Amino acid sequence: MTGDPMIEVRDLRVSFGEVAAVQGVSFRVEAGESFGLVGESGSGKSTVLRALAGLNPDWTGELRVEGRAQGRRRDKGFFKSCQMVFQDPYGSLHPRHTIDRILAEPVAIHRMGDADARIERALAEVGLGSQFRYRYPHQLSGGQRQRVAIARALILEPNILLLDEPTSALDVSVQAEILNLLTRLRAERGLTYVLVSHNLAVVAHMCGRLAVMNRGRLVEELDAEALRRGEAREDYTRQLLRASRGYDRAAAEAFRDFA
Amino acid sequence: MTPKSMTPSDQSPLLRVENLRVAFPTPTGPFEAVRGVSFAMGREKLGIVGESGSGKSLTGRSILRLVPSPGTVTADRMEFEGEELTALPETRLRAIRGRRISMVMQDPKFSLNPVMTVGRQIAEAYRVHHRAGSGEARRRALEMLEAVRIRDPERVYGLYPHEVSGGMGQRIMIAMMLIPGPALLIADEPTSALDVTVQMQVLVILDELCGRQGMGLVFISHDLNLVASFCDRVLIMYAGRVVESCRAADLHKATHPYTRGLLDSLPRLEERRAELPVLARDPRWLEDGR
Repeated sequence: MTGDPMIEVRDLRVSFGEVAAVQGVSFRVEAGESFGLVGESGSGKSTVLRALAGLNPDWTGELRVEGRAQGRRRDKGFFKSCQMVFQDPYGSLHPRHTIDRILAEPVAIHRMGDADARIERALAEVGLGSQFRYRYPHQLSGGQRQRVAIARALILEPNILLLDEPTSALDVSVQAEILNLLTRLRAERGLTYVLVSHNLAVVAHMCGRLAVMNRGRLVEELDAEALRRGEAREDYTRQLLRASRGYDRAAAEAFRDFA
Repeated sequence: MTPKSMTPSDQSPLLRVENLRVAFPTPTGPFEAVRGVSFAMGREKLGIVGESGSGKSLTGRSILRLVPSPGTVTADRMEFEGEELTALPETRLRAIRGRRISMVMQDPKFSLNPVMTVGRQIAEAYRVHHRAGSGEARRRALEMLEAVRIRDPERVYGLYPHEVSGGMGQRIMIAMMLIPGPALLIADEPTSALDVTVQMQVLVILDELCGRQGMGLVFISHDLNLVASFCDRVLIMYAGRVVESCRAADLHKATHPYTRGLLDSLPRLEERRAELPVLARDPRWLEDGR
């Protein structure tokens, strides 16, 4: 516990017109921690992440990243230290840019210089050889594209990686490769992760601590260890856990809606 | 719904497929996406699992001859309720499609007609296959909506597809596919677009309808744990072949290195592992399918 947490969210609220997507969410993430946000569709988990990333300007509350209060617009320094990886690697890479150009862009924007060496290094770090450098996204598999998306985030040498369902579009064998890569990179670089997922097993594997969201609210916060032992306090979390363990007719018949 | 007389006795399978092949022409010669798949099933829940590109969806589609052209489907035998499907003319097949064998796709958003109320779509599915007036079709559709556990069928009947949630949309799809009273339902990732709890609730409905109507179900999925807990039997496909088949409850004792590798690579809720074992693909798997 050394002073400021890496990320602090206090009473975050986001509305889209009349829909209150996030209704007063608070949590903090320490430096070097991996924090999970789980929930079903419409729970507001991705909206929290997007507000944090500066992709959604219409929010109220308090967001502090690396000790600094964040406004609606972020400066360049913020994006240098806080990067995001999106769910769908088929949609997040420019189809008419080569991998080289995709990776060169952030380096140029932040005037980091030495683009050539940085791109080589970034590709090597995510396990892609230099033969991929001048290819287009459509020439790559889903897993390879997600590696490019991770390389693009890491090339700025950020402290924080925001991960929005980074493996849910991938086959399970490829998912394992990407999760291993993310685990290794965090250990090597001391990164802080916020991982959004609907998959409890993925979050339990990747995160030390997690928050469960439902209908825009934070239901509870717990350790991955507690989750693994099934020690959830809230009925909602217990139902989610039960559903994640596979089909059980009697259990599913008893499922209810949580408002 | 009239209870089906068990004409083809339970000894003869509901569906028997032998040496099914699906090929697509490419500039470098035909590419075989399904390479000699054989199986037989009764009135049971048969799971087909595999990763993308394994040929599981094409296997399901080729039963109803729904493989898009330039694709070609061949099989030594494709027998449904004792009738050979491969030799059947398109007109005769149309009487089977939807009526005796029907299919549920992954995403209700793309399978429902956006400019027609869901109730009318279900009623239409009934009238296409049965001689019935609009009043009777409506009554049947409402019954079916109730059977898939939609709470207020009268209200939902008049809704358009964009007004219903994903889970409800999938129940509506299932209602539409089941209203003609098929003997076999092919469900291609029917719950993958849904939240886990909704997914389980939809599976309860499928489970119950299989039991009550004595219907066979081909359940195509990439989710090994789901198939293991839901189905009776599983086929595991890899690169267009069935590499292993077993009782679903025994999937965790599977012996093929591909199946083992897939199971190992899944993150587990109960167990902390520093690193996930990565699947090392063996070229021999391409050849030693059964």
